[in-house]
Amino acid sequence: MPKVKIDGVEIEVPAGITVLQACELAGIEIPRFCYHERLSIAGNCRMCLVEVKPGPPKPQASCALPIADKQEIFTQTPMVKKARNGVMEFLLINHPLDCPICDQGGECDLQDQAMAYGFDRSRFHENKRAVPDKELGPLVKTSMNRCIHCTRCIRFATEVAGVEELGATGRGESMEVTTYVEHALSTELAGNLVDLCPVGALTSKPYAFEARSWELSKTESVDVMDGLGSNIRVDTRGAQVMRVLPRLNDDVNEEWISDKTRHALDGLRHQRLDRPYVRRGGKLAEATWDQAFAAIEAKLKGLAGSKVAAIAGDQCDAESMVALKDLMTALGSPNIDCRQDGAKLDAGPRASYIFNPGVRGIDSADAILLIGSNPRWESPVLNARLRKRYLSGHCAIASVGPAVDHTYPVERLGAGPATLRDLVEGKLGFFEKMKVAKHPLIIVGMGALTRQDGAAVLALARDLAEKVDAIRADWNGFAVLHTAAARVGGLDLGLVPGEGGRDVEGILAGCEKREIELVYLLAADEIDTARLGKAFVVYQGHHGDAGAHRADVILPGAAYTEKPGTYVNTEGRVQLGQRAGYPPGDAREDWAILRALSERLGKTLPYDTLDQVRTRLGAVNKSFSALDQQAAGAWGGFGQEGALSDAPFVSPIANFYMTCPISRASKTMAECMASRAHLMAAE
Amino acid sequence: MAMITADPKDVPHVEQFAFTPETLARAQELISHYPPGRQASAVIGVLDLAQRQQGWLPRVAMDAVAKLLDMAPIRVYEIATFYTMFQLKPRGKYLLQVCTTTPCWLRGSEAVMKACQHAADGETFSVQEVECLGGCVNAPVVQINDDFYEDLDEASIAKVLDAFRRGETPRPGPQVDRQTSAPVGGATTLKSE
Amino acid sequence: MLGDKDRIFTNLYGAHDWHLAGARARGAWDNTKAILDKGPDAIIDEMKKSGLRGRGGAGFPTGLKWSFMPKEVKDRPHYLIVNADESEPGTCKDRDILRHDPHLFIEGCLVAGFAMRANAGYIYVRGEFYNEAQHLITAVREAYEAGLLGKNACGSGWDFDLYVHRGAGAYICGEETALLESLEGKKGMPRLKPPFPAGSGLYGCPSTVNNVESIAVAPTILRRGATWFAGIGRPNNTGTKLFCISGHVNKPCNVEEEMGIPLRELIDRHAGGVRGGWDNLLAVIPGGASVPLLPKSICDTVLMDFDSLRDQKSGLGTAAVIVMDKSTDVVKAIARLSYFYKHESCGQCTPCREGTGWMWRVMERMVTGNARLEEIDALEDVTKQVEGHTICALGDAAAWPIQGLIRHFRPEMERRIRARTEKLAAE
Repeated sequence: MPKVKIDGVEIEVPAGITVLQACELAGIEIPRFCYHERLSIAGNCRMCLVEVKPGPPKPQASCALPIADKQEIFTQTPMVKKARNGVMEFLLINHPLDCPICDQGGECDLQDQAMAYGFDRSRFHENKRAVPDKELGPLVKTSMNRCIHCTRCIRFATEVAGVEELGATGRGESMEVTTYVEHALSTELAGNLVDLCPVGALTSKPYAFEARSWELSKTESVDVMDGLGSNIRVDTRGAQVMRVLPRLNDDVNEEWISDKTRHALDGLRHQRLDRPYVRRGGKLAEATWDQAFAAIEAKLKGLAGSKVAAIAGDQCDAESMVALKDLMTALGSPNIDCRQDGAKLDAGPRASYIFNPGVRGIDSADAILLIGSNPRWESPVLNARLRKRYLSGHCAIASVGPAVDHTYPVERLGAGPATLRDLVEGKLGFFEKMKVAKHPLIIVGMGALTRQDGAAVLALARDLAEKVDAIRADWNGFAVLHTAAARVGGLDLGLVPGEGGRDVEGILAGCEKREIELVYLLAADEIDTARLGKAFVVYQGHHGDAGAHRADVILPGAAYTEKPGTYVNTEGRVQLGQRAGYPPGDAREDWAILRALSERLGKTLPYDTLDQVRTRLGAVNKSFSALDQQAAGAWGGFGQEGALSDAPFVSPIANFYMTCPISRASKTMAECMASRAHLMAAE
Repeated sequence: MAMITADPKDVPHVEQFAFTPETLARAQELISHYPPGRQASAVIGVLDLAQRQQGWLPRVAMDAVAKLLDMAPIRVYEIATFYTMFQLKPRGKYLLQVCTTTPCWLRGSEAVMKACQHAADGETFSVQEVECLGGCVNAPVVQINDDFYEDLDEASIAKVLDAFRRGETPRPGPQVDRQTSAPVGGATTLKSE
Repeated sequence: MLGDKDRIFTNLYGAHDWHLAGARARGAWDNTKAILDKGPDAIIDEMKKSGLRGRGGAGFPTGLKWSFMPKEVKDRPHYLIVNADESEPGTCKDRDILRHDPHLFIEGCLVAGFAMRANAGYIYVRGEFYNEAQHLITAVREAYEAGLLGKNACGSGWDFDLYVHRGAGAYICGEETALLESLEGKKGMPRLKPPFPAGSGLYGCPSTVNNVESIAVAPTILRRGATWFAGIGRPNNTGTKLFCISGHVNKPCNVEEEMGIPLRELIDRHAGGVRGGWDNLLAVIPGGASVPLLPKSICDTVLMDFDSLRDQKSGLGTAAVIVMDKSTDVVKAIARLSYFYKHESCGQCTPCREGTGWMWRVMERMVTGNARLEEIDALEDVTKQVEGHTICALGDAAAWPIQGLIRHFRPEMERRIRARTEKLAAE
């Protein structure tokens, strides 16, 4: 390893890194604006200048300079200080200095670094540059006078998001960051532009003038808008969630989150269930908890367990799901399911339903097959990881499924199961590519599994994985991409029909035939509620969405930001969400509602505290004992050979922006949808 | 000169742009100069061809260029707004590109500019201040469409413009009696041949 | 003074036929095969011995530059790139080569390309040189038809393709890495160095960018020998050089002269002297807009070569001599150059993007004296904040003319400020 001397201190650093990175290893912070470790190096802001020997007698941009053995780096010399002060002055001369009315105020790189390198007055006596603001859609507000032309946003759009729509037109001091055509970027990752902007040029439009960063309480949590479980920070003021930001987790979401993760939050304020309701005379009427429980108790009295059923929704925390399962068991009902979408996955070998190689596995994959999946809409951040893999080269990517713009080139082998069968039989060239690959990766989406022949497709995919040698001691390349945050947790906890029990389809059919008389919907809104027939419906959840409209009794629960909860992401990674605020009105944490109801029903669940519920989780499945770990599951037999349909695979997500009660209640999501209506239509 | 950095609104609407067979053939010829997959290298040349065909570069023309070269449209907009020879608004039949950089200024480009501005009507003549045209020993220089008119003064530019108005094409090059860049009155060197 | 027998550009003024036949009659393409038969290393060696320094402005030894190319062609092809984006204010020498002696230049491309083991070359001609590019394109076609280019060029066994690539109006594309970007179909924004073009240039392949004049003199050097070329001029400043003499002279012109010719002799002998006589001289910008100007006192004696002008804190640059007589508003002359750099800054890096605009605006106020005295120091300080802090040399080029002005004409700047202050006080 090369040895360098930084400010007189010798350290050994890995070969191939830059001077800036070496300085960071040495614990020396180098100011920067354009440099971002997840973007290509631009070297344009010139803030990171350092003095390097041997080298020219002028300061060098440390972000772009490779280290060399025996290099001497100086970060504090008069030359360096003068250079940085000079650059700071240049950045500020045309900057409006409107910090008091800027949403970036308090968390602005320019503001912070001006404290260190700025001067207390200006020598610039000319008129400042005025730059017209740009239209970038409903999420990103622009104040282009503040732009310092670091081009991070352009590089993000081009490199990470894969939408080459943002650029810098003109030149010199007239250079402007723009789409030129003034419309929203066609990406699901636009919100990240705001995080990347080191100044207040790009700020959050929905959050505009809502709060100051220092007024907010910050809570680390986990996203539930898709199956990835992006790590987030929930910023609240009082009871209100003001914004959601990404947290760094290289294993999961790096530092990106999708626009739905970030901006569906206004949906948390609308259509909330804040008190119990009981249907009286065909109309839902406000009720007390006692009245609501009494109504359920009355209905259940004397009802055989086989006539009772429960469905868990897509965003449920594991705690409430285990409580639901335990309650149903206590009531003698085997009719329970967490697969609202009817995915033909069961609680068999864990490898059959998780993304075994982990998100990190994508980085080493060298042949990738997508089966019935459009990751761009099912998990935009995971899709960005796939794109990153594509960009790093030497990775063939193909799909059997919908024809969509993935943001990276994908060889479309075909649309449905027949193609998959041909592939498994080695009839397609891509089979060889997978076979010779060191790390073949097979991503199975819900579009392949939520169909009549889902189990047969799963069996085919399993077969393929084995045939291309994707299942080895050192690599499991079988990867299920879930769309629901709750799904893996639900399967881990066994929320599937018990002996002789009914799945979602069976429950709905049973309702229609009056064989099921009570259905407990735990925040389950993605089913065809019209098929619930005359069944007595208990809806426990947080939004007045499909389930609540059909309910006979509503038990107001908590949304994901309002309760501590355990979620298992598509990789099988167990993560904890924290409570950022309390649920509105009389609403309560969900496991506690079930616990209270169980007591009322004389079937008291054996836990009184969150800790005890979590102990119970670990008892049901030991995966829950290890937080934030990821490993491939145990391999085994799964899927079921059977007849294949001719129907093409269709992604389960028809509209990225509205997939759950929260996002459907979000005006911002509605605006996003409208801004991209022309693109949606093209799908 | 104000730089155009956003899709101009005050331009005639152009519904569509299609390369003529001749332009397309010339574009393909340019593309053939570069290695396979490097067709973007031809972007300046193809934009120039599109501009010669249309007279200026409406957005649809840039989009057509992007499509031909398999480039993202924004990359083409960037190019078209970066290089000063691309005209993003319609211009007169003759574009008077008046150099006013120091070597031309020292020799009277201000008067030449004034004459050109006076002539500019947007139809026959449009005027554009340009930076050094690279004809400094023949200053002041005005480039009219593709041709350099050199060694100008107020009177000679007027004569040149008059000729254009009459539909003639005046002889490009020095408007005084000299051979290209040789000194007036004859070269001091290369006399032995 | 250089004799005609030692002049390389014998059709500088276009008095003769520029086509292949005419060029051959003047000696171009004369047994090029024999040059190539010496082999790349011998050619590079000869170029080194000639002492030729790059004619594009920076004066980097040409032979040495060629030697940076890998000695073997591996997985990536090598490219010769010629910088014909002549845009430095005051400079119009390459234009004459392109339009009047394109074959001499094309022959140079073959020789240089062969020496650096390139099978392809691109000539980046500034967009405004439409007619010059047409001459060049025609000449390239003639060379192909005569078997001088293309497969087995000149019967040498070496394949060499040459393409003319037109720009579209951007001074910055004269910076070699900006030129490469532009050639790749991007905005002309200079690249960060390292990597240098010889390692990773056009399309990431080993490339060398040379000025037109540097390439065009190569065949003659190789035919007549390094010793001949090295014998002209002074040590480290050898050979002949095209000078462009513009501004306040009686007969502005281009001329090929010996390196190191005294500035005064150059002006008097070839450009008919300073308008109104030598004593009417105010200042000269000796090497194109980017170099600091020299007041008459220095002009009286200075020699026109790299080292002499460097010693006077200026530079030979492109050898474009811009003459200003005593009628010149020298502050305005420099302010106009400041505007030029503001206009031509690519906008990529902070000091140049922001600094060029700032400097120009202050310079405009300096023209009328609308400033405070201490702003002269502030302006100089700003030039130093730009200089040496940018990705490419445009920042330096924007700073130096102002530094030169302040160095030599500070009293004039102060006088204007005082005059205006007094006038305002009186009103």
